[in-house]
Amino acid sequence: MRDFWRRFRRNKGAVVGLVILLLVVLVAATAPWLFPGSPWEMAGAPFAPPGEMGMLLGTDSLGRDVAAGIAHGARISLLVGAVSTAAALLVGVTLGAFAGYLGGIADDAVMRFTEFFQTIPSFVLAILLVAIFTPTITSVVGAIAVVSWPPVARVVRAEFLSLRGREFVQAAEVLGKSRLAIVLTDILPNALSPIVVLSSLMVASAILLESALSFLGLGDPNLMTWGFLIGSGRSVIRLAWWMSVFPGVAIFLTVLALNLVGEGLSDALNPRLARQRGGAA
Amino acid sequence: MSLLRVEGLTVALPPGGDRPHAVEDVSFHLDAGEILCVVGESGSGKSISANAVMGLLPKGLPVRQGSIAFEGRELLSLAPEAMRKLRGERLAMIFQEPMTALNPLMRVGDQIAEVLRVHGSGTDAARRVPELLAAVNLPDPAVIARSHPFRLSGGQRQRVMIAMALALEPALLIADEPTTALDVTTQMQILRLIREIQSRRGMGVLFITHDFGVVAEIADRVAVMQRGRIVEQGPAAEVLNRPQHSYTQALIAAVPHGAAQARAAITTAPVLELRGVEKTYRRGGFFGARAVVRAVHDADISLRQGETLGLVGESGSGKSTLARCVVRLVEPERGTIAYHGTDLRPLSRAGWKPYRRRIQMVFQDPYASLNPRRTVGDTIAEGPVTHGTPRAQALERARELLRLVQLDPGAMDRYPHEFSGGQRQRIGIARALAMEPELLIADEPVSALDVSVQAQVLALLAEIRARLGLTMLFITHDLRVAAQICDRVAVMQRGAIVEQGPTAEVFARPQHAYTRQLLDSIPGRGWTPPEL
Repeated sequence: MRDFWRRFRRNKGAVVGLVILLLVVLVAATAPWLFPGSPWEMAGAPFAPPGEMGMLLGTDSLGRDVAAGIAHGARISLLVGAVSTAAALLVGVTLGAFAGYLGGIADDAVMRFTEFFQTIPSFVLAILLVAIFTPTITSVVGAIAVVSWPPVARVVRAEFLSLRGREFVQAAEVLGKSRLAIVLTDILPNALSPIVVLSSLMVASAILLESALSFLGLGDPNLMTWGFLIGSGRSVIRLAWWMSVFPGVAIFLTVLALNLVGEGLSDALNPRLARQRGGAA
Repeated sequence: MSLLRVEGLTVALPPGGDRPHAVEDVSFHLDAGEILCVVGESGSGKSISANAVMGLLPKGLPVRQGSIAFEGRELLSLAPEAMRKLRGERLAMIFQEPMTALNPLMRVGDQIAEVLRVHGSGTDAARRVPELLAAVNLPDPAVIARSHPFRLSGGQRQRVMIAMALALEPALLIADEPTTALDVTTQMQILRLIREIQSRRGMGVLFITHDFGVVAEIADRVAVMQRGRIVEQGPAAEVLNRPQHSYTQALIAAVPHGAAQARAAITTAPVLELRGVEKTYRRGGFFGARAVVRAVHDADISLRQGETLGLVGESGSGKSTLARCVVRLVEPERGTIAYHGTDLRPLSRAGWKPYRRRIQMVFQDPYASLNPRRTVGDTIAEGPVTHGTPRAQALERARELLRLVQLDPGAMDRYPHEFSGGQRQRIGIARALAMEPELLIADEPVSALDVSVQAQVLALLAEIRARLGLTMLFITHDLRVAAQICDRVAVMQRGAIVEQGPTAEVFARPQHAYTRQLLDSIPGRGWTPPEL
């Protein structure tokens, strides 16, 4: 574990990313205390620029505090990112493990099913799903999960395909372990590193997807989100640039931080690759 | 003046290694028309020394001191361009792994022509390439020149590598374990080829190997390396028959001596009987011809209680497939696998489970056969736990087993990567023994190990077998190992057993032509290691 942390720290960008991410999580966690009350309530005069009238990041067209919106939006963004990724992992790892371990016809069937999802542009599919099931937080999370599991399934399948032929898996087979035990205790732990790396990137893309849906007005109407903030500021961007820019910066920083952390994780979990990259630099 | 003279060569290792220098104060010389064998176990620095001569050391391994003089010129102070010119033209190298040393996308003729072109004699490539391919005894040079590497076998590729190395008639050829990845019969052909070309052209050959049999076959002089130092060097006959240094003596004592003792015939009840087992692999067929490989056929064996049967053969002979059929890692299409009279083949996965306790396997690659994410204790205990032994009891037993395989019980909580190859193989053996099996299948259990470690593991297996009364199916490509450990041997070729019988009988009076060929190919068969 200490070794892992040492390798992670070697990637400076990853450490910066982790710091940003922790700040975002901190803001999300303390939002009810930092900005008590609902972010939907009027806090001052409309269109107050940043820094004036005690509004750190200004107010929107209805006099709502943009900073409060961003802090409360962080909760939703992180929640959507985490839950939809968890759901996508559940589906993707299960199907990928099934296909990779069994091979043959099972593999073919699962992979064709996966390709069926991959051939549809994921954003269009997400819009469609949210539109059909009416925009609520559940349907948004569900739609994001549905469009983001196929890459997980493919990665997990590839790992399982290469691992199941290894001698230690054959040894487990010879010991008489059940298939489920072999998959869970022998193969999965060894396939974990790419899954961990991939999931950090999936959280980032889930946050982007959610913001894009909210921007188009397909977010949960009862929840303040970053995408909604940008969407509502879009029509008055010349009058009040801060309404769109600050939530945009929040999205940018969070996604960037997640990507940096993902790369750091990848370095720390695959030390040999990282060393090669470090040697070239 | 010597062709090559290395004096006091010291190459540093990156800090944090197990020793400060990869090679330390290494001195040797090589004359034209001579073969110098550098022998040592893995990590002894023999390849580093060779790479230093070629100027191919990675950046992390700087030369600290010493000199390398080639034809009187100092190589270490040479500019990179001058060194490049020398490489290929005067110094050439062949590598261990013929499968990866050739560019897979280039026809082999073009690759040889490229060597000529780079050194400015590309104009007569069309004439020289077939000549070179013929010189390394490749049949039909014109066809081979137009082939891509994947069409060629390992031995053919190694010949192509040698042809490339010889293209510019170098004065010095460095061969880094050129036959280690090859089958014995191919190995013998390549050794003869190197010997023949060397004497025809009067080259100096620096031959790196870990195998004393190969040394006995090819060397004029020998240098023995241990942990980065040359501990002994001298004429081959001297070093092989009268080794002075204790390390050389230990290495030579560890060489399986190949002499098969006559053993008492075993007449107990058969434990395992294979009748008419067949396994055929089919692939392709969608486009182009369907390839059908008969991996196992006509391979009937019977194993008696307490007996060790050796299954010998070259790679691709089907010996591993046959062994895997017994433990159902491979499912044969036909035949009976009778274990104490019960046919195991038609059993379901659940039906097989009781037999898992009785039949266990030791795998070839100690680096791949242990789950890297599980502690040694858990690895050994997991079999019994799967079969219902309480965990605490299984762990207690694992501790005893570690002692049995001569490892410290403190190893229980450590992970496989903290152990050497030989130690890992002991852990693999302990895992198999934890099930208290009656039949142990050992699939090349020592072929990935250094010779001294190999000797220890073989001794351990022999002792355990005697103590626990195990019946063993021992798969190996090394006839010397088979001679040492097996009561009977079965020789496999292209999926079929061509000969089987008591070990001493088969070694003394081989009936089948292929068996004779295999026995003739044992490197160093003319050399009997001295009793030390």
